[in-house]
Amino acid sequence: MTLISAQVYLFYGFAGLAVLGALGSWLLVRNAMAAVMSLIVTVVSLSVLYVLMGAHAVAALQLLIQAGTALVLLLFVLLLVNPDPGGFGTRDPGQVVIQIIGAAAALAVGFVIAGTVSVTLPLPAEAAPGSGGFRELGVQLVTVYAVPVEAVGLLLLAAVVGAVVQTRQEGR
Amino acid sequence: MVPIEHIVGLSALLFTIGVVGALVRRSLLAMLISIQLMLNAAGLAFVGFNRIWQGSEHGQAIDGQVFTVIVISVGAAQIAVGLAMVLALVRNRDSMNVEDMSVLKW
Amino acid sequence: MVDEAFREPLLRWIPLLPLAVALLHGISLGVLRRPWARGAVIAVSCGAPLLSLLAAGISFAHLVALPDEGNLLLDVVYTWIGAGLGDASFSADFAFQLDALSAVMTLLVTSVGLAVHVYAIDYMDHDERDDRGFQRFFCHLNLTMGAMLLLVLADNLLLMLAGWQLVGLGAYLLIGFWYRDATHAYAGSKAFIVHRVGDFGLLVAVLMLFWALSDVGAPTMAFRGMEAAFGELATRTFAAPDGSAEILLVDVIGLCLVLAACAKSAQLPLHIWLPDETASPTPASALIQTATSAAAGVYLLCRLSFLFAAAPLASTTLAWVGCCTALFAAVAAAGQRDLKGVLAYSTMSQLGLAFLAVGCGAYTAAIFHVVAHAFVKCALFFGAGTVIQSLQGERDMRRMGALRKRLPKTRFLVLTGGVLVLAGLPGSAGFFSYDEILLAAYRSSLPGREALDWMATATAVFTAFYILRCYFLVFEGDSHVEREVRAHMHEPSNLVLGPLYAMVLLAVFASLLGFPEFWGDRIGIEDSNSLANFLAPVLSNAPAGKLSERTEWAVIASGASGFMVGGLAAWWLYLRNPKLRARVSGSVATLLGLVRSGYGADEIYDRALVRPLLGVSDRVLHRGAEQGLIDGLAVNGLARAIWLLAQNSLRHFQSGMTQGYLVVTIGGVLCILLYLVR
Repeated sequence: MTLISAQVYLFYGFAGLAVLGALGSWLLVRNAMAAVMSLIVTVVSLSVLYVLMGAHAVAALQLLIQAGTALVLLLFVLLLVNPDPGGFGTRDPGQVVIQIIGAAAALAVGFVIAGTVSVTLPLPAEAAPGSGGFRELGVQLVTVYAVPVEAVGLLLLAAVVGAVVQTRQEGR
Repeated sequence: MVPIEHIVGLSALLFTIGVVGALVRRSLLAMLISIQLMLNAAGLAFVGFNRIWQGSEHGQAIDGQVFTVIVISVGAAQIAVGLAMVLALVRNRDSMNVEDMSVLKW
Repeated sequence: MVDEAFREPLLRWIPLLPLAVALLHGISLGVLRRPWARGAVIAVSCGAPLLSLLAAGISFAHLVALPDEGNLLLDVVYTWIGAGLGDASFSADFAFQLDALSAVMTLLVTSVGLAVHVYAIDYMDHDERDDRGFQRFFCHLNLTMGAMLLLVLADNLLLMLAGWQLVGLGAYLLIGFWYRDATHAYAGSKAFIVHRVGDFGLLVAVLMLFWALSDVGAPTMAFRGMEAAFGELATRTFAAPDGSAEILLVDVIGLCLVLAACAKSAQLPLHIWLPDETASPTPASALIQTATSAAAGVYLLCRLSFLFAAAPLASTTLAWVGCCTALFAAVAAAGQRDLKGVLAYSTMSQLGLAFLAVGCGAYTAAIFHVVAHAFVKCALFFGAGTVIQSLQGERDMRRMGALRKRLPKTRFLVLTGGVLVLAGLPGSAGFFSYDEILLAAYRSSLPGREALDWMATATAVFTAFYILRCYFLVFEGDSHVEREVRAHMHEPSNLVLGPLYAMVLLAVFASLLGFPEFWGDRIGIEDSNSLANFLAPVLSNAPAGKLSERTEWAVIASGASGFMVGGLAAWWLYLRNPKLRARVSGSVATLLGLVRSGYGADEIYDRALVRPLLGVSDRVLHRGAEQGLIDGLAVNGLARAIWLLAQNSLRHFQSGMTQGYLVVTIGGVLCILLYLVR
């Protein structure tokens, strides 16, 4: 019982952290670095949530790729680009109102859509044994989902080429 | 445990924050951050739904997690290209404000 | 009627040889662009008519040697159109028939055609214009001659229609032969367009005839078939919806045919092309006005004589049209200053008399008149061409005169074979044919017969007047020719004199051909009118009512007196007393001017038809419908509307703002999701 409720508390706790981190990346306008850091907070909390839901492999990959790679890239670019000391610029008061209204509307639509999800199965208390491990994930990736994996490989290749071409300077 | 509606709701909330951020932020990098947030939210939804199927007769279902892996990879690719573009744009125009990049006006 | 048809394989060569020669010339000039040497052109182009004439002569001999009267020779080349099955089947063959009427016309066309071709050699040799074309001219001549032969030898109406159209084409090509001059080209187009108006009538008639015949159960376009099945059609009528007015079917067909014949033979109201026809070279005028276009109209009417014999309204119209044209043209000819103009109006007038004969039911008299006229007019054209060429192209008769000293042979030939015969010297073919026509008018039961008689007699007076006036102005009297031109005048070569001799001989011979029964009885010759007897089984002549001898003498006397009065007037005014003439013409100057210009017919047509049509085409159809409606409204208007829409509203979507695009994208995705989820 306590184990279960501990999981539940953890879940809601880290869920709240994720939301806070998201809001933070949005609201921390002056300090660009801080915004990125709060995004990292979100990513890490999501990773924890994955663990709680029994998807250990995915959690590890999330940490590795998202937090480790993507956001680090973001940080590097941030440093390269040398933004003005004002961070992401000033917050326009008029804009805030619009932003709040827009956010509320989008949220409403989102919940409407989410509410129509009729699922009869409840989330099981425990994850099936061995269901989130790397072995199982790997097996699926190489057999059933081989084609999407290859497609993603192509996508990554295209991304690499694109990135190189974009940042190449003339004459070098 | 946690009802599935809550997980989906969380995903929707994060997604919404990401969408609104992408729409209203003026800095290019801020937009990219918001887009990353959106991707993460989507991945969360996949894992949540996968958890449901784990409790049913399918047992070892892992498809949702596979999709999440793919989503993460796509996100990585996207941010690589996006950041390269940002670098090139900033080099050309000396500004990160997206409003300064409206060349394709009528 | 026709009992049997015999095979005659020579028939097909009569029209096909000239047509083949025309094709050869066309290929060498138009496709290969390598003209032939003069000798080759002459040899081939005159050889074809010669061979056609020989073939015609041999076929004629075969025809005469046939056992029964009314038989004909047939030559079927192949089945041109074949349709339907069994009872409802229809076929029209590419076939030629030679019966009495076709034989007369064929011999006429080949003989006149050959003479014209030979004459043309010398004439075109003297052509100095920069749009001359020796080979081209012979190409067109052969084409026209071949087309006419196709027309007269065709055994069905459809093939005849083909020949008819080709003759119109030939007329266009020949009239506009010297194309660098815009007026010549215009004259050619005018002729063609007027012919097309007539073709419309012919087409309607053909269609109606076919429809009526198939109704009766005999769908055929062959002449002998039509004649056989015709009896049932004679009583059919069209009725007005309320039944008040009725018109015979054959009358309607006949009226359409009258329209067609008027166009070809230049009768009112479609006569306007003939005065402009003089723009063509003289040999071409000779061919067109004597043997082809002009004769084609009368041939059509006589070929379908069985139809006109049963169509009183059409025949009456025909007689009136012909008579009015005859008088109208004779008066106009009397006022012409242009030598070829006199001859053109003269042709119109003489063909009017032939139409009058057809309208009165005397088909044989009409054919005789056409034959005699052909020889006479051809001789006159040859003479006129000689005169004009020896005067270096002068056509105004006021600048001629006293040519008898320089061109004695020409003068003699023209006088005997042309002028006197046309004027109606008693004993000549002209005299005999006038009498036949006047007698036919007298015998007929057409409404307004007396008026017709008076008009015909007046025509005879004016005919004698104008042709003798023409002769006196050209050959007699004082010379008004310029000095240098006079010094160069000389008699033409034998190439010219030969055909002229031939035509004169034929004109004299024609009087023997149509020697009237009246005189034949007097001098003891039985069946003296050989031509009429030859043609009688084929043409449905109206029965010759018996007139009292006194009436016959009276009619003859009126014809002869026409000659005397007209000739005397011409002699007095133009030879003996020119001052009187000057005074007379001075007092009626405006009237004379009107007459000379053909009563302003061209002007009337221009104002009433041409200009309104052009005006409507330009203002309504071109500017209004085409430019305004279709271009402006539909095409350009649509484009402009789309442009306005894009300009004012649509382009604002292209703001260049990335986030604007994002909003739209996300909004769209939400809508789709909502739709899917609901």
